[in-house]
Amino acid sequence: MQLELSPADAEFRARMREFFTTKVPQEIRDTVLEGRHLTRDQIVESQRVLNAEGLAVPHWPEEWGGQDWTDLQRHLWHEEMQRAGVPIPLAFNASMIGPVIAQFGTEEQKSRFLPDTANLDIWWSQGFSEPDAGSDLASLRTTAVRDGDDWVVNGQKTWTTLGQHGDWIFTLVRTDPEVKKQAGISMLLIDMTTPGVEVRPIELIDGGHEVNEVWFTDVRVPGDLLVGEPGQGWTIAKFLLGNERVGVAPVGATKRALAGLKTVAAAQMEDPMVRARVAELENQLLALELTALRVVAHSAGGEPHPASSVLKLRGTELQQAVSELALDLAGPASLASRAEEDSPQEGWARRSAPTYLNYRKASIYGGSNEIQRQIISRTILGL
Amino acid sequence: MDFTYDDEQQALREAVRGLLATAYADHDARRRTVADEPGFDRALWGRLAEMGVLGLPFAEEHGGVGAGPVEIGIVCQELGRVLAPEPYLASVVHAGGLVAALGSPEQKADLLGRLSAGEVVLAAAVTSPGGRWASRADGVRASVSGDAWTLDGVADPVVAGGSADVLVVAAELPDEGGTGVFVVDAADVERTGYAAADLTRAASVRFAGSVATPLGAPGRDLAPSIATISDLTRIMGANQSLGVMQSQVRATTDYLKSRKQFGVTLNTFQALTFRAADMYVSLELAHSMVDWATMTIAGGDREVVAEAADRVGLEVSRAGRHIGQEAIQLHGGIGMTAEYAVGVGTAHLEVLDQWLGNAPHHLSRLAGRVTDHELVEALA
Repeated sequence: MQLELSPADAEFRARMREFFTTKVPQEIRDTVLEGRHLTRDQIVESQRVLNAEGLAVPHWPEEWGGQDWTDLQRHLWHEEMQRAGVPIPLAFNASMIGPVIAQFGTEEQKSRFLPDTANLDIWWSQGFSEPDAGSDLASLRTTAVRDGDDWVVNGQKTWTTLGQHGDWIFTLVRTDPEVKKQAGISMLLIDMTTPGVEVRPIELIDGGHEVNEVWFTDVRVPGDLLVGEPGQGWTIAKFLLGNERVGVAPVGATKRALAGLKTVAAAQMEDPMVRARVAELENQLLALELTALRVVAHSAGGEPHPASSVLKLRGTELQQAVSELALDLAGPASLASRAEEDSPQEGWARRSAPTYLNYRKASIYGGSNEIQRQIISRTILGL
Repeated sequence: MDFTYDDEQQALREAVRGLLATAYADHDARRRTVADEPGFDRALWGRLAEMGVLGLPFAEEHGGVGAGPVEIGIVCQELGRVLAPEPYLASVVHAGGLVAALGSPEQKADLLGRLSAGEVVLAAAVTSPGGRWASRADGVRASVSGDAWTLDGVADPVVAGGSADVLVVAAELPDEGGTGVFVVDAADVERTGYAAADLTRAASVRFAGSVATPLGAPGRDLAPSIATISDLTRIMGANQSLGVMQSQVRATTDYLKSRKQFGVTLNTFQALTFRAADMYVSLELAHSMVDWATMTIAGGDREVVAEAADRVGLEVSRAGRHIGQEAIQLHGGIGMTAEYAVGVGTAHLEVLDQWLGNAPHHLSRLAGRVTDHELVEALA
């Protein structure tokens, strides 16, 4: 048991902090730190700055741009990015499809997609959820039918985050309706400019356009864009959803958000009730951060620490709790959420209601918090 | 950074666990022990001394083992696991800690040597009736005539005060000189022992011209040192609470798997299994904070330890309320009974928190400092 970072890890952290705070454009970092929306160009620019330094996809195999880091180093990398306000590399590329192609893809798929995926020259979207397949993903109904060398896809995906920016979409499709539902699923990579692909925006309660429906009507997909074997889609999906041990809890960003409230709502920090609420949240965030450290320190090279399932559950709860505090501190000023830019109300206060509403998503996506409780009670507690 | 125990620490845990299992393998044994005075098992106390557990925190030159805070934390966790009523926190960690921090070399060799050997039980008398968690004494006054010190007043609760041979007492010094710490022979006080809610023992101790020996050089204000030893004890108490909560979560999950109602085991009901999952979440978060707080001690910085004590005190008190209450609720009626460990564990968690510092106390202190920093740093 030892609290201090090793000299090598401390040096590593200092190097990350130096790079993130000096090489990523200030305007982008300010946008993140103030909780404003990033443009597509900003997200792309930031990822390219990271990728040029080998910091966009460190968890990939080394031959495709990964780094031979420990889980702790990956944790430090992830935390320092959040601390500096650097946008996390696009999850669909860096955390989801990249590792999948590296693990299951053909050599041709790897060389065709991985460099562009790391550099965000391709923007990937995720086509998993469907209107009738949410937590019960395996009941998905989008079909892909063989036609010569091609697959013909029909169906509808939904909750496709930032699909309006997408160049390609990785999808789970049903290629065999005759077998057990998990066994009939395959993964197809689909160029979103293919005829028959239609992206329709979904307006959310925060007024934003973040997610979409993606419709497929007789979309013809070349056979070499199937990842792995037909019927292997469920295995691949489990790999995709399960291989992220690091970064499932947005600790650094939530800490940042809470710290920011102390500054922007400084006058209210005289109120003992407010101070108590901030202190309680800081303590809960510390417990979460320490748990994340325990998990990474335990899981090097092996199975994830059982406590990792705590991270998503608690991390999203605290993310939501901080957004609630921000809204309460904003008070009447929060009504100006859709006012014009020249509103006399402060920006953080105007963003507080949409942010509060937006973060309700956090306990739903990535395996809802009820699914997390199911995992804990079944897998860890054996109930 | 490392959150794992080394082989020696694992061996210590196994050894302590094994020894405690001989005494408290089942809850009936604890019930029998706490039913009679002195409220703990003197034979077990002696075996803990033989194993070196009582001398763990103290230097070898004073008869101890010279182990670190992680080792002491391991012992406290194991004691908590079986709800052991032995006064390890009160006698070794708190009172022994005061002697180790403040005593003269002779006092340390004498008191800590005998404490480590299991020959005496110490107790710390630092709280006045109705008092809270202050480091300044206000219930006991010290007087001096020539070189001879005497004490007057009342300390209560004095945990393990009824069975203690020697009392380590915080007392107001004359002429607003602050708070001194004195050693008093238990034979020279009037005391009334009682059982707390978890049936561990405390006492009301009355000093009436009791002969007292200053710990270390006389006449100094020792409030800061008293506070630091209280902080250390708070952190070790959190280790003990962690052990209790681990047992409660285990007992609750076992119960859900075995207890049948409506013809099926209780783990059939998601309303119950989700609540057990939430207990596990609280447990793991508290576990992380306990490990962290314990590790901060080695750095030796008083302010860091004070901060860690507040943080772990808040976290463990919150977790204790959650887990302690849910453990009873998910057991149903059996959880209310004295013959079943789970509800007694809930009582034990409360006694630890109310003795050492509860959630509102620690939150109030943290809230007072909340604008002194931008971010809370987990890693220095």
